[in-house]
Amino acid sequence: MKQINGLDKKGIQRLLVRMAHEIVEQNEDVDNLAIIGIQTGGAHLATRMIGVLKDITGKELPLGILDISLYRDDFAELGEGHPQLKATDIPFDVGGKDIILVDDVLFTGRTIRAALDAIVDFGRPKVIQLAVLVDRGHREFPIKADFVGKNIPTSLQQEIYVRLKEEADDGVFLIEK
Amino acid sequence: MTCLIKNVTVVDPKNKIHGTMDVLVKDGKIADVKKGLQTDGDVVEGKGRVLVPGLVDMHVHLREPGCEGAETIDSGCRAAAKGGFTGVACMPNTTPPIDSAGTVRYILEKAKSSACRVFPVGTISKERAGKELAPFGELIENGVYGFTDDGSGVMDSGLMRRALEYSKMFNKALMPHEEDELLSAHGAMHEGGVSTRLGIPGIPRAAEECMMERDIRLVKCFGGRLHITHVSTKGGVEIIRQAKAEGLPVTGESAPHYWTLFDKDVNFNTNFKMYPPLRTPEDGEAIIEGLKDGTLDAIVTDHAPHAEANKDVEYNVAAFGIIGLETSLGLVLTTLYHKKILDLEAIIERMSYGPCRILGVENQGIAKGADAHLTLIDLEKEWIVKKEEIVSKSKNSPFIGWSLKGQVVGTMVNGIWTYQINDD
Amino acid sequence: MEWKHKHLLTIEQLSKEDIEYILETAVSFKEISVRSVKKVPTLRGKTIVNFFCEPSTRTRMSFELAAKRLSADMLNVVSSSSSLSKGESLKDTARNIEAMKVDMIIIRHSMPGSAQLLADCVSCSVINAGDGPHEHPTQGLLDAYTIKEKKGRIQGLKVLIVGDIAHSRVARSNIWTLKKLGADVTVVGPSTLIPAEIEKMGVNVSYYLDEEIPKADVINILRIQRERQDRNFFPTLREYIQLFGVSEARLKNAKKDLLIMHPGPANRGVEIDPAVADGPYSVILDQVTNGIAVRMAVLYLVSSVGSSKKVKMKS
Repeated sequence: MKQINGLDKKGIQRLLVRMAHEIVEQNEDVDNLAIIGIQTGGAHLATRMIGVLKDITGKELPLGILDISLYRDDFAELGEGHPQLKATDIPFDVGGKDIILVDDVLFTGRTIRAALDAIVDFGRPKVIQLAVLVDRGHREFPIKADFVGKNIPTSLQQEIYVRLKEEADDGVFLIEK
Repeated sequence: MTCLIKNVTVVDPKNKIHGTMDVLVKDGKIADVKKGLQTDGDVVEGKGRVLVPGLVDMHVHLREPGCEGAETIDSGCRAAAKGGFTGVACMPNTTPPIDSAGTVRYILEKAKSSACRVFPVGTISKERAGKELAPFGELIENGVYGFTDDGSGVMDSGLMRRALEYSKMFNKALMPHEEDELLSAHGAMHEGGVSTRLGIPGIPRAAEECMMERDIRLVKCFGGRLHITHVSTKGGVEIIRQAKAEGLPVTGESAPHYWTLFDKDVNFNTNFKMYPPLRTPEDGEAIIEGLKDGTLDAIVTDHAPHAEANKDVEYNVAAFGIIGLETSLGLVLTTLYHKKILDLEAIIERMSYGPCRILGVENQGIAKGADAHLTLIDLEKEWIVKKEEIVSKSKNSPFIGWSLKGQVVGTMVNGIWTYQINDD
Repeated sequence: MEWKHKHLLTIEQLSKEDIEYILETAVSFKEISVRSVKKVPTLRGKTIVNFFCEPSTRTRMSFELAAKRLSADMLNVVSSSSSLSKGESLKDTARNIEAMKVDMIIIRHSMPGSAQLLADCVSCSVINAGDGPHEHPTQGLLDAYTIKEKKGRIQGLKVLIVGDIAHSRVARSNIWTLKKLGADVTVVGPSTLIPAEIEKMGVNVSYYLDEEIPKADVINILRIQRERQDRNFFPTLREYIQLFGVSEARLKNAKKDLLIMHPGPANRGVEIDPAVADGPYSVILDQVTNGIAVRMAVLYLVSSVGSSKKVKMKS
């Protein structure tokens, strides 16, 4: 497991700040924004993003947490064992909102597909935009992030691990399988 | 036909034999019992084996007539012979029940060609309905050996009184199924912690003990001879012990499942369902004690075959009863003889002489001139009870898979081997 | 924590950890029922049969909603319309249902052990929705869920179960669940309706409701069936109400945060006074709401094990 150059605690924070500026730049109606983070990495990032956006705009945006386990497309093939469910908590009406969906790593796109289905079950947002800390490629669905912290090309034999301070020291790591 | 059983350990408490000798059988009788006998006929090597007076099971359901899908006289007697039995008393809860001369004769006719002797037991009441007395005289004349409404208790105390009084003329035992059906109503297993846990309606010990006490009181007041069937409780053993201490003509029997299996084993398995139900280890110990001190005179099987359709259903609605003929001696030897609880003499008493005495069947044992009813046993042989080896038409045994020590190797009825194990 | 049970037949067979895991999982499912679209696609393509051989409205509806909110296809087979009344045995019927390739059978039946019998003869998952007086595992779970939701804990709580203990599957499943989670359980009822040796299940026994009420954190009141009177379990309904009916007056010395529960359907005015059923202590409707979340959790967990075979066959 080796840390990606420059992506320590400070580096991650820098990417978040840059993405936050981009989000504000591209969404004029800040009051209509809401952030939804995907459990668990995306949820941590979303919480931080709320803080960064507050520093920039002075506004506390609504935060939702989404667990996509129940929307996975591989449930029937999982066999023994199944995803351990985590909380879903979207305390605002998504209808008509400009949603920024936040996740740590964008890979096949299947997680995002599941998240989009889930959000739509809560209501009809005006827009959903995707913000990811790392895009490692290898998409299996036609999904593209609107805001990317860093593109890290990988092989399929590699994994990307984003560790956030909620678990231990921050860092983005490349793991050879 | 002649057969010489050589070098066999003969055990017979009545004739006070316990030693190695030869037994010569000729024309259905025992021609001689001593060392060094010779014959021109068949020779069976008996070395390492034990020869005992033919075993008799006085509580068996042969199901014929009426329920031939579960068992027939032929299949039941072959199962009995495999279990070492030279005679069985068959219970009258057939269809029609054994309450008329015709049914007795039908059974005896069928039994002529069977693998063991059959001693029919007649009903106490007509149609086994518990209302009117059955024709005891006619039944005895045609060959019954006792009376019972087995399968149902005699709920009418007035009828039971008359039955006991009337039976005095014939000197045959009444062998009632002790069950107060109002106390056992809806029950399907022993009432206790396990029935509570499983939500299965219980059958309290009182259901059989109350009836035993009533019947013993009736014997005391009105006479008659009483044989108490399938005792399952500690209290039941004590009730019989008391009656015997008072000198009343009361005998009792129990079956191997009552000291080898208990209510905790039930777990919705219908092959553990019978009446009376499996009780607790404490009851089992009391039954063993009763067999040791002679309170219980007979070990029976209450062999109750049921077609799979009547057992392969929800526990509460499954038929009561299990088969037992083929496992009885193996269980007795494994759990009583090899554990030094009963010696062979006591086992022969409970499984041959005792039952014959109660039924009124002559049993001279292994003596010159006696009828040749013999059981040949390998005491040390270990074997596993396998479903596919069960001879009975029904396979409802809770003992399938059990490992037993002591096996029947031959059964002789009237001088003819009706069962012999392959020696390979 | 790994869930290993292909069937849910009894609470007795579950470990403390299993029970806690179901309750935790149910928390995630509760939120789905308050969404505008009350449905997740998790069990899409799975077929679940509600096989009810005994009348039931609440439990059947609850399982049906749970299955539908997980996107499973649900078929109701009710005894009066099934072939059981034509003498077809339970096993035959079950094998026929299974031959139509269903993934799970939820069974309600009047005979104890029937769910086990079914599980032994079919290869799909089986969930016991009540087998005679034996068990009703999802009721035990949803009652525990409700207590935990309201009290924050179960360990150390004093729970009374009042009424016809002898014939109650709800009592048995509650006893197992609550004992495993560390509650102190007392069964209260007429001595004729307290079954033999129930102390062996780890509960206290009392015949005196008024003595127990002030100590109780939770009172779970069981439905009393009028038919019991005919078999002399108690002389009159009036006397039953006098001795065991839970009324406002009886609760005057109760703890302020007492919970009153009832598995339903309640005989108002018999085992429970309407003022109590609708009163401040009552969480009876919360039980109904929570029932769906708990059953969704059970369907979710059980189907994750039930599907393993297919995967193995593929590979």
